[in-house]
Amino acid sequence: MRMPCLALLALVEAIALREAAVASPVQHVLLQMPLLVLAGMVAAWSLTGRRAWAVPLLLTALTAFLFWMLPRNVDWALSPAGELAKYLSLPLLLGVPLRLSWPWLGPVLRGFLKANALSMLGVLGFLYIHAPVRLCNSYLVSAQQDLGFAFLYLGAALACLWAAPLLFGDLRRVLPPPPGRIGCGA
Amino acid sequence: MPARVLPSVLAAVCGGGILWQATDGAQAFTSEAARRLEVAMSPRPVPQVQLEDMAGAAVELRPQQGEVVLVEFIYTVCGDICQIAAADFAEVRDRLRARGVPARLISISFDPARDTPEQMAVYGDAHQADGGMWTVARPLPRDLPKLLELFDVTVIPDEWGGFQHNAAIHVINGAGRFEAVFDTDAVGTVLAHLQKAPS
Repeated sequence: MRMPCLALLALVEAIALREAAVASPVQHVLLQMPLLVLAGMVAAWSLTGRRAWAVPLLLTALTAFLFWMLPRNVDWALSPAGELAKYLSLPLLLGVPLRLSWPWLGPVLRGFLKANALSMLGVLGFLYIHAPVRLCNSYLVSAQQDLGFAFLYLGAALACLWAAPLLFGDLRRVLPPPPGRIGCGA
Repeated sequence: MPARVLPSVLAAVCGGGILWQATDGAQAFTSEAARRLEVAMSPRPVPQVQLEDMAGAAVELRPQQGEVVLVEFIYTVCGDICQIAAADFAEVRDRLRARGVPARLISISFDPARDTPEQMAVYGDAHQADGGMWTVARPLPRDLPKLLELFDVTVIPDEWGGFQHNAAIHVINGAGRFEAVFDTDAVGTVLAHLQKAPS
């Protein structure tokens, strides 16, 4: 019962950020959208997907991810139809499939996806900071540059987070396992 | 084996298809590119709209007897892009006049509350828009949202009391259809477009 409540909370928070999403692309792309994805992931937390479905589910999640990475869809997400599509597709077509497929992915594929995420954040950050034109018509040039820097900071933070286990060993193996079920995240 | 691979192939094909659709065949990644493509594919009819020009007189937005109308959206106290765009617009005007192309150029203010005829005249003087071939005009406040929607122009207030907007040259052809969007500095492309289309 705890997970559906958490998912609901994340969803409510994402909806509560409507005004913030209009105000700034950083709040829209790096706060509201990830919260919607989180809502889907948390909702599916205790479900286990079948191994055979791991790759199709991952491809579904990647499609949804790339779709919402397009600047024109960030604009579209501010219109009523786009908003509805955002609220439905980010949890259901990105959060849930990602959560269901992740435990089945091998370490090489996980590393590949993480490395791609990092390079993508770097490229996007560079693009948003240096683009000579506005990529999203709904936002100011200065906000676009803020988003570019936010992408770079996020990329740096994720790189540190993901590199830590490689450098210092997996902390979960050192710490005593928590009582009950052990999560199978990254 | 094929039965195991099938769902993945299907997901990949569907995903690829969706992304192909969503970018108009990998041609438009931004909403600005998308609107230009959309307008070129299906020109939009421009309704009868009356504008008020620098002299306070009424101006038709739709072209009269076979002329083309070029439209720019501006606000007169704009400090940067509009000024450069206006210089480009003046060049378009001069070159169209030299070639004898029947055309009218209108700089439409999307800030009709501040841009009175007097204020628009100041802007016109600064850019040699004399109200002949090129005039500065404002819509009625109630027509403004309709116009911005028709031309897909997004106007957002900036930090200094001004606005940012997607600045471009919009072409209304002789048949009264909004058929093309160009960068404000793409003077050569605009001229080539007008000479190619016998409108």
